[in-house]
Amino acid sequence: MPPDTVGVLVAGVGGQGVILASAIVADAARRSGRDVKQSEVHGMAQRGGVVTSHLRFGETVRSPLIELGGADVVLACEWNEAIRAAAYLRPGGTLITSALRIVPPRALADRRTGRVDYPDLFEHLDGLDLRACDAEAIARRAGHPKAGNTVLVGVLAGLVRFADDAWRAAIAANVPPKALDANLRAFDAGRALRFARPARGSRRRAAPAPVAAPPAPRIVIDAAWCKGADCSLCVRACPERCLGFDGGTAVVATRPDACTGCRLCEIFCPDFAIVIRSVAA
Amino acid sequence: MDVRAVLLSGNEAIAQGAREAGVGVAAGYPGTPSTEILEALVRSDAQRRVHVEWSTNEKVAIDVALGASLGGTRALVTMKHVGLNVAADTFMTAAYTGVRGGLVIVVADDPGMHSSQNEQDSRYYARFAGVPLLEPADSTEARDLTRLAFELSERFDTPVLLRTTTRISHARALVTCGPIAAVNVRGFVRDASKYVMLPAFARKRRAALLERLGTLERYADECGLHHVDRGSSRVGIVTSGIAYQYVRELVPDVTVLKLAFTHPLPVAAIRSFAGTVERLLVVEELEPYLEEQLRGLGLAVEGKAFFPRDGELTPERVREGLVQAGLLARAAPLSVQAPSVPVAVRPPVLCPGCPHVVSFMALRDLGAIVAGDIGCYTLAATPPLSAMDTCVAMGSSIGVACGIARSGGADRPVAAVIGDSTFLHAGIPGLIDAIANGTRITVVILDNRTTAMTGGQSHAGSGATIRGDQNAAIDLAALCRTLGATTVDVVDPYDVGATYRVLERSLGSPGVSVVIADRPCVEAPRKIRERPFEVIEDRCVACQLCLDLGCPSIGWSSERRDGRPLVTIDVATCSGCTVCAQLCPTEALVPIAVAAGSGHAS
Repeated sequence: MPPDTVGVLVAGVGGQGVILASAIVADAARRSGRDVKQSEVHGMAQRGGVVTSHLRFGETVRSPLIELGGADVVLACEWNEAIRAAAYLRPGGTLITSALRIVPPRALADRRTGRVDYPDLFEHLDGLDLRACDAEAIARRAGHPKAGNTVLVGVLAGLVRFADDAWRAAIAANVPPKALDANLRAFDAGRALRFARPARGSRRRAAPAPVAAPPAPRIVIDAAWCKGADCSLCVRACPERCLGFDGGTAVVATRPDACTGCRLCEIFCPDFAIVIRSVAA
Repeated sequence: MDVRAVLLSGNEAIAQGAREAGVGVAAGYPGTPSTEILEALVRSDAQRRVHVEWSTNEKVAIDVALGASLGGTRALVTMKHVGLNVAADTFMTAAYTGVRGGLVIVVADDPGMHSSQNEQDSRYYARFAGVPLLEPADSTEARDLTRLAFELSERFDTPVLLRTTTRISHARALVTCGPIAAVNVRGFVRDASKYVMLPAFARKRRAALLERLGTLERYADECGLHHVDRGSSRVGIVTSGIAYQYVRELVPDVTVLKLAFTHPLPVAAIRSFAGTVERLLVVEELEPYLEEQLRGLGLAVEGKAFFPRDGELTPERVREGLVQAGLLARAAPLSVQAPSVPVAVRPPVLCPGCPHVVSFMALRDLGAIVAGDIGCYTLAATPPLSAMDTCVAMGSSIGVACGIARSGGADRPVAAVIGDSTFLHAGIPGLIDAIANGTRITVVILDNRTTAMTGGQSHAGSGATIRGDQNAAIDLAALCRTLGATTVDVVDPYDVGATYRVLERSLGSPGVSVVIADRPCVEAPRKIRERPFEVIEDRCVACQLCLDLGCPSIGWSSERRDGRPLVTIDVATCSGCTVCAQLCPTEALVPIAVAAGSGHAS
């Protein structure tokens, strides 16, 4: 890639304003006389999924996409997306990120133990030029809780030296007029932040102590007391769909391993035909 | 006139080009990545000089545009790649009738299927129909080629296909805008031998089409839309569209023939280019469209041996292909600072408060076979709803449901689930088919009054035009009754009990039962935010039944009961739809308490 071209990858979750943040930086680059290309994907990806906007500016920009390992800066509006997008950073690149964690529904991995598959940024990205801040809290203090991305753009302004006028005009051209003052304050607050460059490994934390597994639930059914398929209250109540009739007259546990032990079946059964017992692991 | 360069997406640049060409009528159906063209046209036209419409479907859109062209005004029609399949009937024969006002068909392909059900390469349609094809490589070219397309259309009396891809349509680049031209109307002139495609007339037009193709072949060479970036003579790369940008970036010293007019191909230019290089390589996205034609010219050419035929081209994939082809040395692996653990998966999901959720939950619980359709609601195929069995093309749900019901292989009731915009687009003929043939199915119309998937465009059932002018919305229930559906029920999908009852009755009833789930989209045309809900932790038994909705606002708190996490609701995103609270067996989910002093609390 031409050495004069700067690549900024903006990443976040659908609905966070990723494309708007990218548009502000693109506009500031344009106002600073740079050639600019900006590319993103619309449509299905924006339904709470991952959104990235590729932004490149310089003397002459050809490709609208940044190559993996070619981004000078990743600007992430969310913790998990910062880690995903970090693969785009060139060696020595800068990761600007909000501390905001948006845990996706699919990360709620195990309903019985409460295991969440969501990574810890500090454990896995040490040695980076990491500039993380609580952008939402800073934005709230600036007067607009949704101006968190503008705080991050302010942090970027400490790295990408466009004229102050270009930044302010770009923000004014892209945010709603009534939110402009708060966004300019958010931008200034972001630009004023100072980040210590961490020594390699300094942020590594000890692994959390393993949590003792809760006792496994066991479904105990008294077939003689069950009224059968005409009732089905427990079958319908079960969130994990553990119960069924399998052709018989009494309910049976069709997926016993999926039981989380919530006892809804036990609570709903009018005939005391089903109870959940805990079995120590 | 403002001559300063502005940042325009390819789609905005196409709209700008159409205005600079004096377009008079523009029609289309929303579809990623084409949607923003008409929206940009409306924004650019506060004076309402152009008639812009969201048409019922792409076939109607191209009919409207062809009619406008025959009326003597310049007409634009926009669609995504699969939309051209819908419009293909008119498209193929419009190549026979030709035009009066310039007729430009913009088709936006979605390589990589970011938001589509297939990734067909629409360039073949230009060869199929025998019309000129233009492929821009950035926003400025998108503007320039759109303007040129109108001129070519009138000069050669033919529709012109302008083909973009996601990285053209949805990439912003600097464009220096020209002045907007006045709309010029030449008027309709009767010419049945040209516009009435009776077989006797059509045969003559077919001959005219072939003669025109010959003229276009000569023009393709003369027009100067191709250019050569001269480098070493060892290898020459032939390319077009976005692939050109990646090639120039990755191997700036290689000789490149960049094409923009890609049907008919500039054969003489290609032959002479091939004569100046020792080895000929084609870099193109998706199908070997150029490669096969070059091979057909008798040229020794390589391409798809090195570059993938599926998926979107990216700088990484083009680099890999160039390495394979021996044009680039393999770079040392970058010390990319990749995470050492898997990041959390984040597939797209239905929005908090999405009114579609309950219908799918009920259909799944009631054991229906569900033929689905195209829209946000296709996401109901994924966990935790997992409530869709088929999804093929716009409007297919109803016909597919009829077929499943008639197959003899359905052991459960069969339902078609279709959004309101998709129903109007291509679902009505399927419903008529079910009624006319007495096929027992349930048709669930998810009526949210908008085209939500593409960002909330209006349609005939919305009550407003693309410009926001009020119109009489199509009454879907009255329409279905008039067509003769056995039963038509309208239910509020936020009422969980009523939705289950109506669907259970409909799935069990003979004939064609229609259920209209009537609730506006929470995101468009306006964001709907009622009082959010919160969790009373003392009541929550951590059964996690509410998590089965897949609502992104519901997560886990740090509190536990018997080791299981209690749920929590994110007040910032909760829309207050009440559905989770209706499901909760312990009444643990309640509207958030209003701050002390405001007079009432829950």
